[in-house]
Amino acid sequence: MTNSEVLIEAKQLIKRYGDFTAVAGIDFQVRKGESFGFLGPNGAGKSTTMRIIAATLTRSGGEITILGKDPEKFGPEIKAHLGVVPQMDNLDNALTVEENLYIYGRYFGLSKAFIRPKIEELLDFAQLVEKRSVKVEALSGGMKRRLTIARALVSEPEILMLDEPTTGLDPQARHILWDRLFRLKEQGVTLLITTHYMDEAEQLCDRLMVMDKGSIMAEDSPAGLIKSYSTKEVLEVRFGSDRNAVVAPQLKELCERIEVLPDRILMYADDGEELLHQLNQKGLHPLTSLVRRSSLEDVFLRLTGRTLID
Amino acid sequence: MAPRQGSLKLVNTERIKSRGAFAVVEARVMIFMKYLPALLSVAVANPFLYLLAVGVGVGKLINAHSGGVDGVKYLTFLAPALLATAAIQNALDEVVFPTLEGFKWNKSFFAINATPISGKQIANGVLLAAMTRVLFSVTVYGTIIYLFHGFTTARGWLAIPTALAAGAAFGAFIMGLAAWTKNDDTFLMVLNRFVIMPLFLFSGTFYQLSSMPIYLRWVGWLSPLWHSTELGRYLTYGHQISPWMFVFHISYIVAMFAFGMRFAHRQFEARLSR
Repeated sequence: MTNSEVLIEAKQLIKRYGDFTAVAGIDFQVRKGESFGFLGPNGAGKSTTMRIIAATLTRSGGEITILGKDPEKFGPEIKAHLGVVPQMDNLDNALTVEENLYIYGRYFGLSKAFIRPKIEELLDFAQLVEKRSVKVEALSGGMKRRLTIARALVSEPEILMLDEPTTGLDPQARHILWDRLFRLKEQGVTLLITTHYMDEAEQLCDRLMVMDKGSIMAEDSPAGLIKSYSTKEVLEVRFGSDRNAVVAPQLKELCERIEVLPDRILMYADDGEELLHQLNQKGLHPLTSLVRRSSLEDVFLRLTGRTLID
Repeated sequence: MAPRQGSLKLVNTERIKSRGAFAVVEARVMIFMKYLPALLSVAVANPFLYLLAVGVGVGKLINAHSGGVDGVKYLTFLAPALLATAAIQNALDEVVFPTLEGFKWNKSFFAINATPISGKQIANGVLLAAMTRVLFSVTVYGTIIYLFHGFTTARGWLAIPTALAAGAAFGAFIMGLAAWTKNDDTFLMVLNRFVIMPLFLFSGTFYQLSSMPIYLRWVGWLSPLWHSTELGRYLTYGHQISPWMFVFHISYIVAMFAFGMRFAHRQFEARLSR
């Protein structure tokens, strides 16, 4: 997408809860058609930022505009153009799949004539056509999540916001969901995603903001972040939990950077196989070794000194 | 094919600002419809059994011994109080459970609040829907009282609006409390045992408040049930109250409704933006 229209712009955005600062003066822009991600561990300030954008939480300082408007003055006007998928599904359990879509359309003031064909389109998109008359209670976690996403699309929103869209889902359900979200992305839907899954961020986001403790640690495309903050490859070695720390100083001399984790050592180099060869030549024989591509997990480790999922 | 997106003109925010609460009513009515057989049975069976046992059974005894209460048959005396009690009980059922559900059990109010509908509108919608059910139940109750010859004149039906007013006033206030509470189990226990039960027993429901010891009468003075019952008795069979008390009863219920709505609006908005 080359459209450069700015839909969301935050300057020095702050949110405090008493003495605790959840969002500590962050700046960012989201453009039309972009898929923008907030990546960070639990408590990084991602969901708080999302709620400020969704006009359901007031800020403590700084500026923010969504579609050029201040959410504190134009809450309903902004909400009219957002589709919100919260972290926890909050569907109406007493109603059926179809009824949930219908009533959500009514909350946006849409006419029955508009909603009826829209339901068909959304059921098809969410692969829930056969479940249309089933009560929400009876759906699996993945189905509920797809229904929540479909529900958020009923008003044809400008921006679709997804807070931890696949947390708690099994791998198969996650892949189905990613496929649906990828279709939206292909259609040029502006997506705003929070996640602590690096694979999800890599798959779905054009641009990422890495957050920790309410601050922005870095911002770029997934590939750009890896390029800036990591090497091409990573060699993961295990010498046994009591020996890892002992051999670490020797490993440091062989590569750009190492990270000693409780169970393994990560060695950063552009050629992992070559590094492993050097290791063996030095007489260091790890119990297990694995060469892999650098990922956003490595970026996060570099930026914060911690893993994403503690 | 992914759904279309970005239809800027699709949502009419001005319309939602004036009519958003009705979408909440529509959702509540959709849920009522799921329980329609149960709602209908309760609406008919409850008054029928109650009137049979208390109104006719106990009433016969009282009529035989003292020729009724307040110069009328016991059932005529009791009818406005029963209608107001039913209105309050139904209103509480229909505001307390949806509010606890919306904020705590499945957080559906947060989903509604992600749309242009405000917290105030959600509160208005929940109460309005509750009052629709109350109107239905109280009308059924009134009809059964009529069939039991509880209304001596056509004026008997005037107890329906006074009952509705009590239901709305108390319902609004309790809806605010349900939005405020964090502990739903304790809330329900306290509400049922320490609010509804004493209110029902000590609001001049079964006998006049003046026949109660003075130290217990304050429950009635505070209770919307007593104010509504007094108005109902005045309107239906001419129970004697001074013009000042007539105005005071109305003012009390109106003030309680206004305070209750204001309180509920604040609690809804606060809970949604926490």
